[in-house]
Parts: sequence; C-alpha cells; structure tokens
Amino acid sequence: MTFLYQILNGIQIGAIYALVALGYSMVYGIVKLINFAHGDIIMLGSYAVWYFMTRLNMPWWLATIATIIFCSIVGIIIEKLAYKPLRNSARISLLITAIGVSLFLQNTVQLIFTANPKMFVTFIPSGGFSIGNRSISYTTLITIAISAAIMVALTLLVSKTKIGKAMRAVSEDNRTAQLMGINVDNTISFTFALGSGLAAVAAVLYVCSYSQIAPTMGSMLGLKAFVAAVLGGIGSIPGAMLGGLLIGVAESLTKGYISSQLADAVLFGILIIVLLVKPTGFFGRGDREKV
Amino acid sequence: MATLLSVKDMNVYYGVIHAVKGVSFDVEEGEIVTLIGANGAGKSTILKTISGMLRSKTGSIAFDGKDISNIEPYKLLGMGIAHVPEGRCIFQRLTVEENLEMGGYISKPAEVAAAIENVYNLFPRLKERRRQIAGTLSGGEQQMLAIGRAMMTKPRLIMMDEPSMGLAPILVQQIFQFIKELNASGTTILLVEQNAHMALRIANRGYVLETGRIVLEGKASELLTNESVKKAYLGG
Ligand SMILES: Nc1ncnc2c1ncn2[C@@H]1O[C@H](COP(=O)(O)OP(=O)(O)OP(=O)(O)O)[C@@H](O)[C@H]1O
Ligand SMILES: [Mg+2]
Repeated sequence: MTFLYQILNGIQIGAIYALVALGYSMVYGIVKLINFAHGDIIMLGSYAVWYFMTRLNMPWWLATIATIIFCSIVGIIIEKLAYKPLRNSARISLLITAIGVSLFLQNTVQLIFTANPKMFVTFIPSGGFSIGNRSISYTTLITIAISAAIMVALTLLVSKTKIGKAMRAVSEDNRTAQLMGINVDNTISFTFALGSGLAAVAAVLYVCSYSQIAPTMGSMLGLKAFVAAVLGGIGSIPGAMLGGLLIGVAESLTKGYISSQLADAVLFGILIIVLLVKPTGFFGRGDREKV
Repeated sequence: MATLLSVKDMNVYYGVIHAVKGVSFDVEEGEIVTLIGANGAGKSTILKTISGMLRSKTGSIAFDGKDISNIEPYKLLGMGIAHVPEGRCIFQRLTVEENLEMGGYISKPAEVAAAIENVYNLFPRLKERRRQIAGTLSGGEQQMLAIGRAMMTKPRLIMMDEPSMGLAPILVQQIFQFIKELNASGTTILLVEQNAHMALRIANRGYVLETGRIVLEGKASELLTNESVKKAYLGG
C-alpha cells in the first residue's frame, strides 16, 4: 500500500510539473526559447490567487479564473516587451533576457510583498479516501483529475482546432505559415497565454497542497518542470506530460524509500543521464538546435 | 488585358550584397510569366520581396492597382496572392489534409471543405494519402501538395518558386502540364524557374535575370529561339 501511496503522491506533484513543463515545451516549440521566466509565472500565480482570495475576498473559483487570466496576460506582455524585439537576435541574447525577466519578476514581487513567505489556506476540503492504512487526500485526487482533464483538452486543442494547427504550423516553419495568412505574432501571443494559463492552474493546485508562497518559489519548481520537458523531449506535448509524471514519481519514490535530501540530486542526475544518453528526450525530434 | 502585378525599380539588399538591382516587370491578368536565370540571379529574392518577407529600398509593387510595397506577409493571401516558396515548404509534421487546411486558413470552414475536395479531385494521389504525415510523401507528391495548398483560397495570382526542383523529368512534365491547366482555368501565374526550357514552353512571356538585373525580356516563344538564351540556359 505504501508503494501505491508514494506513486499517487508522485503523480500528484508530477501532474503539476507536467502542466508547467507544457508551457516550456510549447514556447520552445514556437519561438525556440527556453523561457527561464516560466517558473516565475507559477510564483506570480500563487501570489495572485492568494491576493484575490485573502485581500479581495473572492470566492475560490473566481480567484482561480482571475489568476489564470492574470498570468495569461502577464505571459503575453513578457513576450511582447522582452522577447519579441529579440526575435531575430542571437539565441544567447534571448536566453539572458529570459533570466533577466525571471529576476525582475522575483524582485518586483519581493518589493511588493516582502521576502517573508505567505501562508495559503487551501480551499479543497481536507480528508480523503483510505486505502489500507493510508489515506489519499482529496487534494491529490483533485490535482490529478484536473491536470488529466486539462491535458486531454490541450491535446484536442492542438490536434483538432484551427488555432492548434496554426500553432503547429508556426512552430514548424513560421515564414511559410505567414504565407498561409496566419498571423504569427498573434499565434505566438496565444501560445504564451496558453502556457502561462497552464502555469496558473499549476500554481493554484500547488499552493493548495504546499501552502507556502515565496518570491523565489518558482525557481526550483520551474527547474524541475524544465527537467521534465527535456526528459520528454522539449517541444513535444505528450513528452512534457510524460516527463512531468516521471519526474514526480521519481521524486516521490526517492523521498519515500531513499532520502528526502537526495530527491533533488536524483532529479538532476536524471537530467544529466538523459542529456548524455538521449539528448532529444523520449519524444524529441532530432532537429534540436543548441541553446 | 489589365495589369495584375506591377513591379517597379526593385532594389533589394542582404546587408551589403545588392541582390536585386532595379528590376521592373509586369504580369497581366491571365498570363503565365516566367523569371528565368542561373543560381543566385535573384529570382527567389524577387518573390520574397513581393510577399513582404523582404523590402525593396526603392520603387513600388502594385497588385490590382493597390500598392503592396509595405504589405505584411500574412496579409498577402487575403489580397489574392499565393506564394509557393522554393523547396516547397510544406509542413512536414502535419498531415496532408492539415496542410491543405492551413492553405485555407483565411477561408470559412465550409469553403475549406469544398476547396479540399477540389484539390483531391485534381490530385487523387493526395486523397489516398490524406492522413499521412506530409514529410513522408515523395518529392512529387510534396510538390502537388504545395500547389494544391496554394489553390485552397482560389487566389488570382500564384507565384511559384522552382516547382520542378528535384523532380524526375516525367514528374516535371506533369507539374508543368498542371500549371498550364491551372492557368487555363483563370489563375495568373508568376513562375520562377531554372528549367528555362520547360518554363518558356508554357509561359506567355519571360524575363531573363542575370546577377540581379533583367537582361532580356520578351515573348516566351521568342526567348526560346533567342541565340543568347539558347547558349546560356537551353544548353545550346
Ligand atoms: N539570406 C541571405 N543572406 C545573404 N545573401 C543572400 C541571402 N539570400 C540570398 N542571398 C544572395 O542573394 C543573391 C540572390 O539569391 P536568390 O536566392 O534570390 O537567387 P535565385 O535566383 O533564387 O537562385 P536559385 O536559382 O539558386 O534559387 C545570391 O547571390 C545569394 O547568395
Ligand atoms: Mg531561388
């Protein structure tokens, strides 16, 4: 039973990593940028939902919707102000800019809310189902269910809808996509909004489980999600989902059976092994360029 | 006949490289006009500049009387100009049908379905492979797809950049035959080719480019028998 319990916990945090990894992957697919500020969108989302609920007294569902909208808009603004002017510049300039944006977001939030962590009181009822002598919390189940539903919806969006096909066309060849009448700028904005919206959902689910909010919380979360995206093959949507889940489960099993302290070491060990053995990840294409 | 496309005094630079040097030409409605010239003559550059992907330093480009010198590339198709780029540039990772859907991106859904059927009627081979990933098509099939995709919105002008590139002679024949039929059904064609012989045989008029300059122009039939064209481009 303990094993099953660890796996479920792993899937729970893994589902959150997966939502974030999707943002890395979609943005990489379309603008070939590792958006290092993406992790900080989780941090912004966490502060946003906390602020909307505790300061503006919004009900949880309204606060969640507002958080998704807020993060999507921030994602669009970041792309327009920071990345778009550099679209034809060297890759390294973009990468450095992304790190700059990340630091800017962290410091702005720290300026407004101080570096002291805030406590978020979950709105998901406590309790859960018991399996044997363990109990599976509602939070775990809801996190897994919502993430699964979002991943199905996203897969349908990308494979079946007009905007989803346009996203794939632009990520493959944006010059030709323009000749089809596709507005590349709008498609890129949409991708950033979508990725940031997923990060917002991840943020809400995350603070419901872990309750602490701090300006630097996005770094480690973002990094793990990035490892997940690389593991799955960056640019690949199913890859990001699978990568997230695997990282979550690996982390949970390491914590459960080896040692909590080792969990991060194991994750980055996985990253190094993947980069050595199969740099394109599970679903990655061979055409990746160096970043 | 009315002038559909009018290019005046086009000058295009890549940094310090002066790739197109004062090029002017017209395409009349209903014509097939070909731009021929050796590698690096500036043919693709001219098409990319008409598409808005590159800018001319001087002069003007007009389509159907409207100035399009500063058009954004994504608005081109809406004006009625399709561009089949060099190397076909189909979306390799999309299916055949998704590629056609992208060709009809600016049309209404009902029109897209009808246009796809129309392309399938012209190229039954594409219909058989509609769910296939386009990158796995043969070169000839990819060219059919690229042309079919350009036809999705029934543009008034289709610009084609070396449709014969990399194709077996028999397929080249078929593609050129098809371009002729497409033209007969009312589409104006601007055809860029290294395969000067084939291009001149289906074209009404031609322009010969050398290192960014038009050095000769005239009726296609006359260019075919012109001694200097024969020497330089027709292998004799
Ligand atoms: N992106 C670029 N940067 C610098 N120079 C370029 C670029 N693209 C083309 N050129 C140069 O501009 C000139 C014209 O190129 P262009 O591609 O228009 O020729 P082309 O007539 O289409 O040749 P081909 O038949 O080989 O396709 C060439 O000298 C080429 O080297
Ligand atoms: Mg060319």
